[in-house]
Amino acid sequence: MASLDDLKKRIASVKSTQKITKAMKMVAAAKLRRAQENAEKGRPYSEKMNNVILNLSNGISDKENAPKLLSGTGEEKTHLCVVMTSDRGLCGGFNSNIIKKAKSYFVKILDEGKELKIITVGSKGNDQLKRVYGDKIIENISFKESKNANYFDADKVGKMVIEKFEAGEFDVCTIFYNQFKNVITQIPQAQQIIPLNNEGEENSSEESYEFEPDEDEILSNLLPKNISTQIFKAMLENSASEQGSRMSAMDNATRNAGEMVDKLTIEYNRSRQAAITKELIEIISGAESL
Amino acid sequence: MSEEFKVEIVNPEKSFLVKDDVSEVVVPAFEGEMGILKDHISIISFLKPGIIKILSKSGDENYYVEDGIVEFKNNNLSILTSTIFNLADMDKSKQQDLLKQAEEEANKTDINDQSKYLADQKVEVLKTLN
Repeated sequence: MASLDDLKKRIASVKSTQKITKAMKMVAAAKLRRAQENAEKGRPYSEKMNNVILNLSNGISDKENAPKLLSGTGEEKTHLCVVMTSDRGLCGGFNSNIIKKAKSYFVKILDEGKELKIITVGSKGNDQLKRVYGDKIIENISFKESKNANYFDADKVGKMVIEKFEAGEFDVCTIFYNQFKNVITQIPQAQQIIPLNNEGEENSSEESYEFEPDEDEILSNLLPKNISTQIFKAMLENSASEQGSRMSAMDNATRNAGEMVDKLTIEYNRSRQAAITKELIEIISGAESL
Repeated sequence: MSEEFKVEIVNPEKSFLVKDDVSEVVVPAFEGEMGILKDHISIISFLKPGIIKILSKSGDENYYVEDGIVEFKNNNLSILTSTIFNLADMDKSKQQDLLKQAEEEANKTDINDQSKYLADQKVEVLKTLN
């Protein structure tokens, strides 16, 4: 049995841990609200962008000569995966969920005998993936210095992806991120961005558009922007998810610490009383023997 | 019948501006400036660097954009852009900064014709502002 002093120390240490997790939870909650707002504000842009592209691709007459970003290279040999994770830890299963999703995809790709290339965004993903897939990682980007997800960063990633695509380094590109549903639920997503996947979303409006300049030119201008937009969307969703995940993880930790303090306090009180009782018995039996 | 329609400007971070009493919008489309009035045919076009003029009853507004896409449909004008500034909020030093950036870009030799053209456009537009 631990001595009274040890118990006291342990209680103090758990209490201070609890203070830290509580503070982290508060910070995450404050940040979450902002991240969530940003994610919501960013939605109209990506939705509109999607709409326009859908309209355009429906209007395109010559499917054969459609831009490669839309129709793909015609092959599926090399897959590029952009795995987006956070730069900080202590956020529950946030990063591991993305990694798990990504890994199962990697296994599938490799089993099919296709080539795999990985770009990691965020240092935590890189840490977890480099052990197994270290030789497959071609770039590792991290935005530690920028506080909030911003479009400029997303554009950088987007440009890099497009550059590699134009250099013929891959045929299919998929991004992995966590979609924010609510504070407790974040859904890891795999979204294919090259070639653009828009099956099943048949546009009902038969309205014809006038294009200026022609469809092809607009599309070839728009598609690279769409890549950046999608990546930006993923970043926004990710940052909201990260804060949500951290908040619930820290909430759990705080609760667990509270339980532990309670348990330790009971144990402490019991052993204190036991000591007192023991001393009393000693005194009484000493007095009786006289 | 009113001659007003709705315009919405969104950038990646947020919905930048929503106005539903607009009588005319002039956008710097890629092939020249384009004025849009109510009941314009549905159109999709993209922008080059320039000034968006929004004319409405409550006053005119001018915005500087560097790129973007416009979509007009059912008397709804959506403008998607990644860089937009309200000219009224833009002071001289900001303009100078942008001009300097654009000039640097225009003077690069290793860019392709299109980005060169866009950079030149930027310089031109920004110069007229000053």
